[in-house]
Amino acid sequence: MAEKEERLRRTMMFVPGNNPAMVKDAGIYGADSIMFDLEDAVSMAEKDAARLLVYEALKTQDYGNAELVVRVNGLDTKYYADDVKAMVKAGIDVIRLPKVESAEMMKTLVKDVAAAEKEFGIPVGTTHVMAAIESAKGVLNAPAIAASSDRMIGVALSAEDYTTDMKTHRYPDGAELEFARNMVLHAARAAGIAAFDTVFTNMSDPEGFYRETRHIHQLGFDGKSLVNPRQIAMVNSVYEPTKDEVIKAQKVIAAIEEARIKGSGVISMNGQMVDRPVVLRAQRVMKLAKVSNLLDEEGNYIEK
Amino acid sequence: MEIKTSAFAGTLESSDIQIMLMAGDNGIQIDLESDVIKQFGAQIKHVITTTLQQLNIDNVKVRAVDKGALDCVIKARTIAAAQRALETTTPAWEVL
Repeated sequence: MAEKEERLRRTMMFVPGNNPAMVKDAGIYGADSIMFDLEDAVSMAEKDAARLLVYEALKTQDYGNAELVVRVNGLDTKYYADDVKAMVKAGIDVIRLPKVESAEMMKTLVKDVAAAEKEFGIPVGTTHVMAAIESAKGVLNAPAIAASSDRMIGVALSAEDYTTDMKTHRYPDGAELEFARNMVLHAARAAGIAAFDTVFTNMSDPEGFYRETRHIHQLGFDGKSLVNPRQIAMVNSVYEPTKDEVIKAQKVIAAIEEARIKGSGVISMNGQMVDRPVVLRAQRVMKLAKVSNLLDEEGNYIEK
Repeated sequence: MEIKTSAFAGTLESSDIQIMLMAGDNGIQIDLESDVIKQFGAQIKHVITTTLQQLNIDNVKVRAVDKGALDCVIKARTIAAAQRALETTTPAWEVL
């Protein structure tokens, strides 16, 4: 079960819910989060079979440390209620609701999740939720959506539906997404939850993928939704800290330790006070360095 | 529970199993096709039989074409085929 603590969410890999080969292998690629899809990747005739397949896989397969997410069908579909019940019973970490346009929609989901937890004897509050924002209305309501429940772990922008709603389409430079990206990101940060960028589907344009990933990394997104496991290493390389960043972070961590030993409340480094944002950034850099295999067992930087 | 209509679930893709259920009158009869029938035939039939019994289906003809499915896939496809054959839409929560 996921903890509400700050965890790395660089990559959220989409897995079609009715494909046994992909569902079975989803854990081997090292994605931070695995998102089983019961919605768009499953045809109407197979909704029941996909729900059962994902349920049985969640009950029996070992996906390691990955955070397990399921995208259920929308609130206005006849599949939604059984999707939510089945996934709560399976012990999923996070339920992702598509096409969220208001905080009320998330509150409805949270109410249904809590009812299912009670019905199946699962501790109330263990199942988390997140919202996919896919319309102009959703973007404008993003701050309320992000703050709608303490079960919320993140908000994701879904660009295909959003650009259609905006009467445009996706361009290589992503200018059409700037406002939405910044709204979703600010909503997430203000609520203290994660922000996920949209998918990039053109696998024959790695340059474009790197350009977009560097851009959202610079903005401050936690990570990106992915449709192909090959993109995991590409995203991770963008989020990997540089040697300079690691060395600097190590010095900050050392200064914190020194201050702790001295019993001093003030952390100083090179005669200058280290304030809280610097400490938080250093801790995040060290976390990223660790998962990027840049450190040895004692925490020293490994020269490449 | 009685089979109301013939129904199937699953595909013929790798790692999947296609399960077809038809009305029968002589217990659970399974006709299995699999490339690994010598190694796993008994186990595959065991999963199908147990799942059908849990769903209280006692008389049924089963045609299964296995493409290397794990037990969890066999169970999921059997339940899906059974729900379709029984024409029920609500999942059997106690069996999942």
